[in-house]
Amino acid sequence: MASLQKPLSVVPRAVWLLLAAALLLQVGWQASRPPLRAQAQALPPPPSSAALRLAALGEPVALARLTMLYVQGFDEQAGVSVGWRQLDYVTVIGWLQRVLDLDPRGQSPLLAASQVYGAVGDPVRTRQMLAFVHARFAQDPDRRWPWLAHAALVAKHRLHDLPLARRYARDIRLHATGAQVPAWAHELEAFIAEDMNERDSARALIGGLLQSGRITDPRELHFLEQRLDQLGQPPSPPEQQQQQNGAPGR
Amino acid sequence: MTRMMLAMPLTIARYTLLEALRNRLLWLLIGAALGAVALAGFLQELALTESHALQAALLGAVLRLAAVFLIATFVITSMVREASDKGLELLLALPMPRATYLAGKLAGFGALAVLPALLFGALALALAPAGQAALWAFSLLCECWIVAAFSLLCVLTLQQVLPALAAALAFYVMARAIGPLLLMSQAGGNASSPGQQVLGGAIDLLGLLLPHLDGFTRSDWLVYHGGTGADLLAIAAQTALYVTLLAAAGLFDLYRKQI
Repeated sequence: MASLQKPLSVVPRAVWLLLAAALLLQVGWQASRPPLRAQAQALPPPPSSAALRLAALGEPVALARLTMLYVQGFDEQAGVSVGWRQLDYVTVIGWLQRVLDLDPRGQSPLLAASQVYGAVGDPVRTRQMLAFVHARFAQDPDRRWPWLAHAALVAKHRLHDLPLARRYARDIRLHATGAQVPAWAHELEAFIAEDMNERDSARALIGGLLQSGRITDPRELHFLEQRLDQLGQPPSPPEQQQQQNGAPGR
Repeated sequence: MTRMMLAMPLTIARYTLLEALRNRLLWLLIGAALGAVALAGFLQELALTESHALQAALLGAVLRLAAVFLIATFVITSMVREASDKGLELLLALPMPRATYLAGKLAGFGALAVLPALLFGALALALAPAGQAALWAFSLLCECWIVAAFSLLCVLTLQQVLPALAAALAFYVMARAIGPLLLMSQAGGNASSPGQQVLGGAIDLLGLLLPHLDGFTRSDWLVYHGGTGADLLAIAAQTALYVTLLAAAGLFDLYRKQI
């Protein structure tokens, strides 16, 4: 192909000049622009379920996964980190609900709600997430009970709302009755009533989940093992103080 | 005579396939597969949980789009080039019915669609049980056949790359969105304004005319392994019906052409 081209010397001088001038202008134009400043964007309200189903073009599961990544990554925007306290939880819950609508068998929205967004240091927001997990649990108890079990622990130890924690544990006993639900999940109510601190309760729950072999995804295993390791370490003084203030989240 | 009638479409199909291979379509398919694996692998690392499901769902969706896009583009550009080089006129001047020419072209493009189905199906095998991966690959093959047949009809009718590609794209998007569109139309079934009634009627008509590609090559087969023999039969039947319909429409147009 190269042999079919004429030498560079045949290009007219005016074309060389035009090319160099255009390149310089482009570089100068970009260099003269003010530097970009990272600005946190608010999470937009979720589209309707019907619009998302239409946009999925017959691939609701794939769109659900992509939507979950979009929501999950919203607290780490380009060049700026947004605290969970700054997120509008009603909107976040709306998005998580849409992901569940697209893929009802998916677990990631409820994991994010109970383990990530539920860990915010604001009791009102935490309650909103727990209420979301509880409401969605009712639609598929046998598959979704682990997230309500975690919500029960959060209700007891972070919100110090023992009746709420007991209600969640009781609902697991009453509704998660499938063969694949381990027996110890039904004993959660008694376990909640025990005078156990948050660290030990969470270790028992996560340890039970890991031991049951129910979790096979390597990323989730890693996430829960990390949580278990963190819980195994003695709390540092600031962490102790934070726990006393009931504000462990971001 | 019968033997010759059979040999002619096979020869046309063979040269159509050869043209695709000489256009490095296989390399493009391999490139698309590698790109999809890299993208799904990257996004998998961002997932908090269900990373395998995320990889399978995204890989399935991206590979499906890549296969359909490459097949449709090749069918349209190949046919337009043949028309520009006067190859179509030369072939139609030979003592053979026009149906033989169309059958040969359809067979060539159909054989070409086996390449992405096999290659991408082999990738799906790494993500799902063999039965589900095979169903997904077969469904991808059927989807590519329908798209190839529609692209052929578009290019025979519209004769130019851009309008034919736009029409094929519109057909594909509508065929994949028709399920949710019908549901939305049914949900608004009590609409009283004439505009809404006309729109609802148009969607119902499209639902009758279009193949429901939203039920084809579903990535949730790779994620939840829920594909069944009934899905396979429905896809095979729909493909046979629709490719026959498109071939008949193509023949109708081809016989009316002044060449």
